[in-house]
This record gives sequence, C-alpha cells and structure tokens, in this order.
Amino acid sequence: MNVSTFEEKVGLAEMLKGGVIMDVTNAEQAKIAEDAGAAAVMALERIPSDIRADGGIARMSDPKMIKEIQAQVSIPVMAKCRIGHISEARILEALEVDFIDESEVLTPADEANHVWKHDFKVPFVCGCRDLGEALRRIGEGAAMIRTKGEAGTGNIVEAVRHMRAVVGGIRRLTQLDAGELMAEAKNLGAPFEIVKQIAETGKLPVPNFSAGGVATPADAALMRELGAEAVFVGSGIFKSSDPELMAKSIVEAVTHWQDADRLVRISEGLGQAMRGLDMAEIPEEQVLQTRGW
Amino acid sequence: MTDPRVGILALQGAVEKHARHLEAVGASPHSVLLPGDLDRLDAIVLPGGESTTISRLLRTSGLFEPLKAFMEERPVLATCAGMILLAKEVDNLPYETFGLLDISVDRNAWGRQIFSFHENIPWMKDADPLKAVFIRAPRVVRMGDGVELLSSYKGEAVAVRQGNLVALAFHPELTEDSRVHRWWVEGIKP
Repeated sequence: MNVSTFEEKVGLAEMLKGGVIMDVTNAEQAKIAEDAGAAAVMALERIPSDIRADGGIARMSDPKMIKEIQAQVSIPVMAKCRIGHISEARILEALEVDFIDESEVLTPADEANHVWKHDFKVPFVCGCRDLGEALRRIGEGAAMIRTKGEAGTGNIVEAVRHMRAVVGGIRRLTQLDAGELMAEAKNLGAPFEIVKQIAETGKLPVPNFSAGGVATPADAALMRELGAEAVFVGSGIFKSSDPELMAKSIVEAVTHWQDADRLVRISEGLGQAMRGLDMAEIPEEQVLQTRGW
Repeated sequence: MTDPRVGILALQGAVEKHARHLEAVGASPHSVLLPGDLDRLDAIVLPGGESTTISRLLRTSGLFEPLKAFMEERPVLATCAGMILLAKEVDNLPYETFGLLDISVDRNAWGRQIFSFHENIPWMKDADPLKAVFIRAPRVVRMGDGVELLSSYKGEAVAVRQGNLVALAFHPELTEDSRVHRWWVEGIKP
C-alpha cells in the first residue's frame, strides 16, 4: 500500500480548494468554525494578533489543546510548528494532525534552514512572499503554498503584494524561452526543475492559497480574484465583534467571490471587523513576514 | 452530436481536476454555484471536498432542493465527499444528505490524513488496474439491494452504482487516467 506519498499530500490540499481554513484556540471555537462551514481549522494557542501583542517566544501549541480540537471536529485539523523545528513537526505528525503549517507566525527555530518536508508522512503548508520563496518551499516538500501576508494585522495589503508577486512571477515564466529559464531560476533562487515545469504548465505544482490579513468577506473575495484557491483566516474571525457571523460570511464570500450582488448581502450588518494595524505602525523587528527565506 | 453539458458542483472542493478530465473525454464542464446553473445540464459531478462545508453551502445557495430534484432524474458521478452527500445514511454528519443512494457510509473511516493512500483496484473488465487515490476517504458499510458493486478494494466496496447514480470513495480526478470519466460520459450520451 502506498501511504501518504506526495500525491496524497497534494490531494488533501486539492480537497480544501474553495474553502476557508480558520484559526481556532480551543474546542469551542473549532465547533463554531466547523458549523460556519470552515473546510479545516488551524489549532493554535494564541491567534496572531495576540502573539503580536504579547511578544516573547511563540511556540508549537500544547498537544492537549490540539487533541481536544481533533476530538471536537470532523474536518481536517492543522497545527503550526516553528520554521526549522524538526522536533515540533515530528510531535505534530505523531499527533496525526492533517497538515503542518511551518509558520513565520511562530518564532523561528532555525534561521538558515526550513524543515526537509519530504521526510514526513504529514503534508506541510508554507508561507511565501514571492515565487522564488514558494518554489524553495515546494522543493523542500511543501504540498501547499500560501502567501505570508502580515499575520495578525487585519490588513490585506501584504497578502495582496505577495499574491501578485507569485502570480506575476508565474506569468513571467510562461513568457520566457527555454534558454532564459536557467538565468531566471538563478534570479529566483529556485530549483530549476520546478521553474521549468511552471514555464510549461503556467501554474504551481501544488495549490496556492492566501493568508495573512484577511478581515472581511471582501478581503477574502479579493484574494480569490487575485488567484488564491482558498483562504486562511487568522485573527479576522475571533477578533471581530460577531465571530460566528463573520465566519459564515467569509465562507460564503470565498465560494461566491465573482457574484458582487451576493457579496453585498454577505457583507451587510456584520458588526465590527477586527480593528487592524497599518504597516507603518509596526516596528521593523515585529514584522513577521521577513522570518524564513 | 453536441458534447454533453456536465455540471460540477463548485461550492467547495476539487472542481478543476474533474473539469480537466471531462474536457479530455469530450464533455463540456460547467460550474454549478446557484440553482439557475442547473438549467440545460445533462448530468452532474459531485466532487470531493469537505462534506460539512458543502452541506452548509448547499443550504445558503438555495441549491439543495433543486439539485436533489435534478439528481432524481439525471446521471450523477459522485466522488468521496460527493458519495457522502448522496448516501442514505452517514455517521457523524450534522446535515441531512440527499439520501438518494441506498448505502450507509462512515466518514473518514480510513483514518486521518497520514493514512491516506493510493492502490491499484480492478476497473470494469480492463486488463490494466486503476490507480485509486483515497484521501480521508469514506467507507461503505452497507449496500442496499438495488445497489450494484463496480469495484472493491480489500473486500470493501469503493465504487457503486444505483440506476443513474455512480459513487466512488476514491478520487479518479487526481490521476492522469481518464478511464472513469470516459466510461461515465459514454454512458450519459443520449
């Protein structure tokens, strides 16, 4: 039997397309997320905006909390490990989480290397700011790519920047001739074989999702418009004034993103979205997206 | 003869992979998001995805009843979550299913993602086996009298048919092999 090969890893990412993956910090929130139509939940101890506010070192969540969430819901449960923290990843794999997010939201454990993800049975998702970073992570075995955005800000501007960089980078590759691909691989700092494959197919070999800053249904629709195949929402739900309603509305917006009349109805009367942060308000050392390479 | 118009329920899940195979075998795929999208379709695919998510969106989009009526008459190909939605009985799903297919299924019965797998299974009378990819797959635990077994793996039913309804526990759309889609589309041509 061929168990959990790269094909099955990417297969689960395919099943999550058109869906919303919601950050939850306990079983009760996980239930709210599932009932609202989340395609998966991300179990973590503190949502990114609280991590940002609290400071200190952000680590993998307590396995007890992850188990409680796994017991609560039937949808896939994801969890985060620190960049390069092989042992946190092994613990999450042993917990049988359905996806590991090797995430810049947690404090990196290794400033030079990310986890070699091909060695694991569990699939990984990794963040990126541009095409080169996406392809380095895919080269290491990531089965799903997401924009980093700037987590915990409720500000979509960075996710937009990153998604445009990835999609624009792909478009550029399809316009190059064969003789230009090696130089472009060098410029991108990306594995040549994957560069060549994208030049031929015009798309990433794994699903391309968005994360980092989604706070409203319109934000989620925008990321779909720009090419995101599904959307992660972190602080945007449980930092809003009516999390249940916000969760349901973002789920609908990700499905009906092309239907502006429907988005009007979906966006009506949602109460306060999370307050949010302008990028200029964030000191450079507190920017999360520059973690990892 | 024009290509059959095949809808793909596109509320959530692996939609585009089905579209690619349908095009490859001479069908014309169309996304179904709202009741009006069912007009002039010859058949429909219920893709894989999260059955709870799709169940909820079937209600909010107003598709549940019109789609059920459509599937009472027209050919349906359902994979994984689609099989769950068609089944008469499902464990642990907080939504009513369409209940058109007389089987009982357990969701995610093969285990969590790290136990997802692929394996060769027999397909029709073909000499070549079919590579079947199982992702957090449902398990058929009961088949009604009117349900025909199309293929099995380790003694478990993984592909079944009842009249116009075909349901698979695996994902033919995730491989490069279009045999399942070709067979199904041949069967729906007028």
